[in-house]
Amino acid sequence: MSEHLLDVDDLYVEFRTRDGVAEAINGVSYTLDAGETLAVLGESGSGKSVTAQTIMGILDMPPGFITGGRILYNGKDLLTMPESERQKIRGAEIAMIFQDSLSALNPVFTVGDQIAEMFQVHRGMSKKEGMAKAVDLMEQVRIPGAKERVKDYPHQFSGGMRQRIMIAMAISLDPKVLIADEPTTALDVTVQAQIMDLLQDLQRERNMGMILITHDLGVVAGVADKIAVMYAGRIVESANVWDLYAKPAHPYTQGLLDSMPRVDSKGEELYAIKGLPPSLLALPPGCNFNPRCPHRRDKCVHEVPPTEEVAEDHTAACFFWKEVARG
Amino acid sequence: MQVKDVVKHYPLTRGIVFKKTIGQVRAVDGVSFDLHKGETLGIVGESGCGKSTLARLIMRLEDPTAGEIWFEGEDMAHLGSKALRSKRRDIQIVLQDPYTSLNPRMTVGDIVGEPFEIHTSVAPKGDRKKAVQDLLEVVGLNPEHINRYPHQFSGGQRQRIGIARGLALRPKIIVCDEPVSALDVSVQAQVINLFEQLQDEFDLTYIFIAHDLSVVRHISDRVGVMYLGKIVEIGDEASIYEYPTHPYTQALLSAVPVPDPLGREGRRRIVLQGDVPSPANPPSGCRFRTRCWKAQDICAEQEPPLLQIGTKGGQYSACHFPQVRDILDNDVPTGAIDLSNMPKE
Repeated sequence: MSEHLLDVDDLYVEFRTRDGVAEAINGVSYTLDAGETLAVLGESGSGKSVTAQTIMGILDMPPGFITGGRILYNGKDLLTMPESERQKIRGAEIAMIFQDSLSALNPVFTVGDQIAEMFQVHRGMSKKEGMAKAVDLMEQVRIPGAKERVKDYPHQFSGGMRQRIMIAMAISLDPKVLIADEPTTALDVTVQAQIMDLLQDLQRERNMGMILITHDLGVVAGVADKIAVMYAGRIVESANVWDLYAKPAHPYTQGLLDSMPRVDSKGEELYAIKGLPPSLLALPPGCNFNPRCPHRRDKCVHEVPPTEEVAEDHTAACFFWKEVARG
Repeated sequence: MQVKDVVKHYPLTRGIVFKKTIGQVRAVDGVSFDLHKGETLGIVGESGCGKSTLARLIMRLEDPTAGEIWFEGEDMAHLGSKALRSKRRDIQIVLQDPYTSLNPRMTVGDIVGEPFEIHTSVAPKGDRKKAVQDLLEVVGLNPEHINRYPHQFSGGQRQRIGIARGLALRPKIIVCDEPVSALDVSVQAQVINLFEQLQDEFDLTYIFIAHDLSVVRHISDRVGVMYLGKIVEIGDEASIYEYPTHPYTQALLSAVPVPDPLGREGRRRIVLQGDVPSPANPPSGCRFRTRCWKAQDICAEQEPPLLQIGTKGGQYSACHFPQVRDILDNDVPTGAIDLSNMPKE
């Protein structure tokens, strides 16, 4: 097996809370190569952000506990390496963009200070050199009037501009992996288009691997190379973007696709997945999706379905994918 | 219902003791439309365009600065408080955030039943519990849960509670302000279907305010597009989505991601430059001109009126140079529209 840039292998994470143990991630595996965009798709509570936080090493521990698995970056396991070594990777090699740019930026420092700090801490540059770099980066993320605006505070920028500053900070040290956690969810649709364009251009220029975490099937269709669909802490289906939309093999993926209203047609009544996502404190036995699944049989309630190969580079965790699959 | 030239300006003040008005935020600046019985009118626009203020004005939760809102022969905008109270029964609202719009210290029964306290004639005291349970059943909740508190429910269920409260007085119009945007995709579809089912069952008229153009297309009969406090284009659902004529409508539509990777090569997106200007200081003339690729001198000098477009009627556009453009690959003819034989308003 060839070595991947990033290789998450059979990861388990749980949260020990007063109400019991929440099994947030139950055996998640995915890989990422340079220049590739992996979209991790899932609803709230599916574990998509927790996986990202574990990769970054910013998971709150406790209450979080990593109970199994490895995360290989260039062949080295991030989970067993000493913190000092990990610190050199965090931010510099693997960087992250968060959803809420207003709370992710420090309100009492100018944006220039905050971008320059990256260079001062990681590269040992002077404040002056850092500020020059900051202007340069703000131009790269297409902020008009970067020279003047470098001395502004976060609240003086609009939501879209703040997200650009977050991106500037994330790419400042030329990371190999960029994790974008719902980067456009808080933005308006016209601004969302600008930001996604920017991210794609930067990725192409720098040949970064990108993990895009989102719940939006529309955004994913536009940018991703491959997709992992998560449900209740497991990857239920993964495939390249074309196969996933054309030939979904897991009932949950199919349900999601069918329940999306589309802007390009009026459509009939929407298909709705019945019921609610399960509580992580009390996951249903067997297949996690079984209480909501239209294809449920006895077997689904008693056994956990293994991840099976549906086609080349296309897997699904469903006993009956042969009947379910379409396309 | 008929909304005529409704305006809402909020004063910008400076100073605490000697307050001085230094400007106006033109949140809603001259909006007119008709609402027909039994239809769903969708209002789309980006944040800050005034769509939520419009909802509050229609509910008369805010007093409009100017303009009229006619409903069943009376001007809601100028009704006295007593007459307003009885009229309000017919217009209810469902709010966006199911986490903050329900009082955490009231049980579901109290929340849904509270409207009956004011309008006692709808459900006499003895029947109230039964009426609340019926409502819960209608929106797909378990009637046994009447004594639970909001935190015991998920987001989708809370939104159903909000809908049950809105339905309690059997209103004629329900204003829905971003009712599904806080919900996950699978739950969102359930709630959208519920709205459609309730409309048939209770003969409701909806004003459906949202920023998600896909959801609005799905649920609406007619759609109005707002930008900086004004409606820039309004028409039936098919006209707006298949024959958009205003550049802003076109840009909005082209920015919506379509959940199908097959479309990603074919579609050419219009990526707008810059951000929405401040509503405290909107551009002169056409408000969209600062971001418009078609802007000419006239756009800065004259504000384009909302004029009828096309031969079918019912579509209005506020642009000096309206032009049909096929954004969503519907295979419709594109091109300039001859305005010379357009009926004048």
